[in-house]
This record gives sequence, C-alpha cells and structure tokens, in this order.
Amino acid sequence: MKILVCVKQVPDTNEVKIDPVKGTLIRDGVPSILNPDDANALEAALQLKDKDETVQVAVLTMGPPQATYMLRECLAMGADEAYLLSDRAFGGADTCATSTTIAAGIKKVTGVDVIFAGRQAIDGDTAQVGPQVAQRLGVPVVTYVQDIQMGDGKVTVQRQMEDGYEVIEVKTPCLLTCVKELNDPRYMSVGAIVDAYKKEITVWNHTDVELDPADCGLNASPTQVFRSFTPPQKGKGEMLSGTVSEMAGALVGKLVEKHLV
Amino acid sequence: MAVVVIKEKCKGCTKCVKSCPFTAITMEEKKAVIGGACTGCGQCVDACPFGAIEKTDDGKEAADLSAYHGVWVFAEQREGKLMQVAIELLGEGRKLAESVGCELCAVLCGSGVENLAGELFEYGADKVYYADAPELKQYTTDAYTKAIYEAITTYKPEIVLLGATHIGRDLGPCLAVKCNTGLTADCTKLEINPETKGIMQTRPAFGGNLMATIVCPNHRPQMSTVRPGVMEKAERQTGRSGELVKLSVNFAENDIRTKVLEVVKSAKEMVSLTDATVIVSGGMGLGKPEGFDLLKQLADKLGGTIASSRAAVDAGWIDHAYQVGQTGTTVKPKIYFACGISGAIQHAAGMQDSGLIVAINTNENAPIFDIADIGIVGDLYKVIPAIIEELDKLPEK
Repeated sequence: MKILVCVKQVPDTNEVKIDPVKGTLIRDGVPSILNPDDANALEAALQLKDKDETVQVAVLTMGPPQATYMLRECLAMGADEAYLLSDRAFGGADTCATSTTIAAGIKKVTGVDVIFAGRQAIDGDTAQVGPQVAQRLGVPVVTYVQDIQMGDGKVTVQRQMEDGYEVIEVKTPCLLTCVKELNDPRYMSVGAIVDAYKKEITVWNHTDVELDPADCGLNASPTQVFRSFTPPQKGKGEMLSGTVSEMAGALVGKLVEKHLV
Repeated sequence: MAVVVIKEKCKGCTKCVKSCPFTAITMEEKKAVIGGACTGCGQCVDACPFGAIEKTDDGKEAADLSAYHGVWVFAEQREGKLMQVAIELLGEGRKLAESVGCELCAVLCGSGVENLAGELFEYGADKVYYADAPELKQYTTDAYTKAIYEAITTYKPEIVLLGATHIGRDLGPCLAVKCNTGLTADCTKLEINPETKGIMQTRPAFGGNLMATIVCPNHRPQMSTVRPGVMEKAERQTGRSGELVKLSVNFAENDIRTKVLEVVKSAKEMVSLTDATVIVSGGMGLGKPEGFDLLKQLADKLGGTIASSRAAVDAGWIDHAYQVGQTGTTVKPKIYFACGISGAIQHAAGMQDSGLIVAINTNENAPIFDIADIGIVGDLYKVIPAIIEELDKLPEK
C-alpha cells in the first residue's frame, strides 16, 4: 500500500511579530517549518508503515525550491519518496488553483492508495485545499480526522465535531485531513537524517504534471487579494494601580459604572 | 491582479524585500524581482518609496455574470435545530442583499425539517430552498454537496455564505470546486463594493498578523465562510413569511461514498462560548489545571463561563472545546477576563472584539495589556479572590 501525504512549508506564525512603530510584519528570523497539522498526517502514515513494512509513504508539496529542506525533514522522519511541484507558473495560486496543481501532481505519482493531508496550514488557516484536491481527483474526503483504522479496501475514521465525533467508514482511495489530536509527530533520527540526504527529491514543473500554465497559479485563481493591511492596533487601555484590594475595588466600580454587573 | 516591478524606477533599496509577508521578492542585479510565492497582496506596493512596484489588472475579459442573482445563506441544521451561525449569516446576508439590491435566500437540507423554513422566514429569508431526502437527515460531504451544487446551478445565486463550522468548512471547499469558483475562509467583515456590486471579503491571514481583503471578480457565485459568533444575529420578526421552493434531489447508489456508523457526543456539555456574555479565560499563568476552579468561581459569580488560551489546552489542563483564538472559537462577550494569558496575536484574533477586556497578568509587558481596556498587574491568585470579594459587597439586585 502506498500512502501519499500532502505537506506544506509555512512560516512559523507564532514567531511573526508586528513592528510596533511602523505596524508592519517583521519577517527577519522567522523560521520555515513543516505545517503542524501536516506533521500529524505524516505521523499517521508512518505509524501504519511501522506496523506493516510493505506500506510506502510518499510526501508531496507545492512551493519554491527552498521547500526541499522541509521534504528532507519528512524523509528523515521516515518517508520513502518526496515530490516537489515547483514552477513560476504555480505562483500566486489561491486554494482553488493550488488544488488543481496538487491533484495533477498526485495523479503522476504511481500506485497511490490513500491520501493524507493536514486539516489546515497555519499561514492561511483556510482548510480548503485538502477537500478541494479530493474533489479534483474524484475521491471521497473526510475532514477533521482524529483516528484512523485501515481496513481492506476501506478506512474507518473518527471525524471530530464541535461536540464529539462521528465514526465514518469510507472506501479507498480517499483523502483524509488530519487534526493534531490524531497523534504526536516523531522527531527525526540522526541516522535517518543522513539517509535523507541520499534519497532523491523529484521536482516537477507544469509540463511534467501536464498542466497548461493558464490552468495554474495566479491565472487560474478565482479569488484575488484586493488589498492587505496590518490590523489596526487598539489604543492602550487603563492600567490600575494600588494594592490588590484597591485594584479589585476600582475594577468592580468600573463594571458597575458601565452597567456590566 | 499581478504585481510587477518597473525596472527603470527600482533603485535596489530592498525595502520591498523586507515588507513581503511571503518572502517572494529577491534582488537580482540590484533590482527587485517578484518570485513565484507572490500572492498579489500588494504590501510591497505601499512599501516602495519610488513608486516602482505596481499592481496591474490582468486584463481578462469579464465573464458574463449577469445571470447570477441573490444572496444565499446555508441554513445549517443539526438534529432538526438551526445552528446559531445560520441566524448570524441571515443578519449579515440581509445587509449585503440590501446593498446589492437583491433578495435574501436560505438553502436548507434535511429530512422532515420543513418547519425550520418558517423560522428562516422570521429571521429574514425571502425565500427558502429546501432539499428534503432521507439521505440528507445527517450531514455527509457527498450528499450535501450534490444537493446544494444542483440548486446553485439551477437558481444561480451571486453570493453564498456558509458558517465556518466543522460542516461548513467541509462543504464549502467541495462546492467551490464543483462550481469552479472562489471561496474565502473565515471572513470577519463582508461589504459590497458600491461600483462593481461585488463582495469584498476581509479575513485574517498569517495567524491574524495581517488582514487581507479578497475579491472574486470573474466567477460566480462568490462564496465565503464566516466563523460562528462574528456577525450580529438577525432579529426575529414573528409572523414574517416567504416563499418555500422545494428542490428535487435523487441519490444514486454510489453518490454517497461515506457512511456514518456512529455519532458520539462527548460526555461534557457543548461549551457555548459564542453565546456567553461574560468569559473568564485562563492561560499558562495559571500554572496548574486547578487554576480553572478559581476562574469558574468568578465566572459563576458573573453568570459567565470559563475559557482558555491554546497554551493551556496544549498543556492538557482543559479541553480544546474551551479554546479561544485563531484555531479555537471566536468570542464577543460583554466582558472578557484574560487571566495569566500573555496575549499572542492568535489569541487576540479570537477575542479582541469583546466589549470590555480585563487583563490580569504578573508581567507588565505582556502584549495582552496592549489590547486590554483595563489592566491589572498582579498575581491572579490574589487578584481574583479580591474581585470576588468586591462583587460580594455589591447590593443584591
């Protein structure tokens, strides 16, 4: 069985700071990381490989050439194959166009039985590309997966809901998007890091995945960014002073004044 | 809308390189070059002191969009009850419909839930499109996508709004691909461009560090998801009615490729953070899971509920259902107490629209004080009991 895991290299948004004076993003020193939910998706695939050594794990991403660093990390965690879809023509894609490119890439990888992806990426938080890839491939999708039991020609999963979960059975091939409750991703091992550099990363452009440049990237994106701005900073509020009981008294006084209690 | 560098004007100052949130700009021979990671966000256009970067229209012929009319709201129901977010979307949808000058419709899927149509009319729907089939009793991606996709192709709405619930965020992307249109996730503001009559969708990106306004100029319908608790609920007008349009849906054997074997509700009550008027929220500053007991005392006193930051959830102190923020719930209570929460932007994104924010933190430099209305520097284990004591002194109502 071959499991293909869709991964994305993202800036660690926890490390992004706003310049308090200019109100702009400070990008310097913000590390690029494997998207956290994607790490859970990869871990789920690797756990299946741990149990059954005939399982093959492939990782695939779309991005600039620097994304190979993240793919090496995936190989060092235990993935067997890595694919990078990289082309100027793929740039500027919204989720709709991204899903076209990723689906075209997956079609070129031979023998894929099931596809895992993260629920959403921390740079956009849209949670759209996973289900959209499934639609383009014509396979069923289950999102928010928190447990996976592989069966013969089918998978039984738990789909997280706001107030519990659903147990869902789905035939393979299918696409599952994974949440962090699924597992704890492993670390790379030293030996595997060395091995990861011996493995080849396949890089494909639009011709390799048989896409017309008009069908990918900015050209094929229905949505466009009209403008972007840093959110307006609210003015600093009032800091209370005095002893603890004085501050508590002042606070409650204000709540009464505003008719909030 | 692509971003281009006018080579003649570029002085090679690299300001644009630093301004780019996506590290898409590099310098080649002392001129800026826009790379493949460009999303067309336009930050560099503003950053360039020499006017050397421009946003250009891609000059595409405008598609014929005139056949599309009306604002649709996905009326999500579970077990025969309308989700609150559907009522919020009707409130927002009404404003959009008025700006466009079109009707507001709800699309309802289920089995034997026709009674909900009356409720939707009372909350402002002019029309309710209703798909009734046993296969639609419970949500499945395939069944709901098919029913609503067929309705969209038949009746051609220009705008479709969905709640960003675990169902809406599953259904929306599938519908958008089938309709070959754009979908903007988790919008916090929707407005109509008075000139184009197109929708302008503002959403946080980069974990809330950047806001982006997204348009969908050449495809219809324009689709957005909106998180629960973000928009104002529609007011109910008792006795208001509208037109019920029944959709015919038929499912073939292989149309629905997933089977729901079991539905498990967690033993705990569904935490209703979005409806709470007072929220007492705790973070790493609590130091231990038992800290939430103290927060609960204050919350009970004020008729509110407790909540938490992501850090406290990750530490295993409290269930994910209580999490406020970018990856949790968006809340807008009248009073929000942030106790021992540093106030990372991801947390702020989920609570900064609260009526009054009270921050209690030992670190006077914590970013939470930048968004708080009232700040108290101190140990929450001393401050909160003191607040409870003060509240006890108030005369009974």
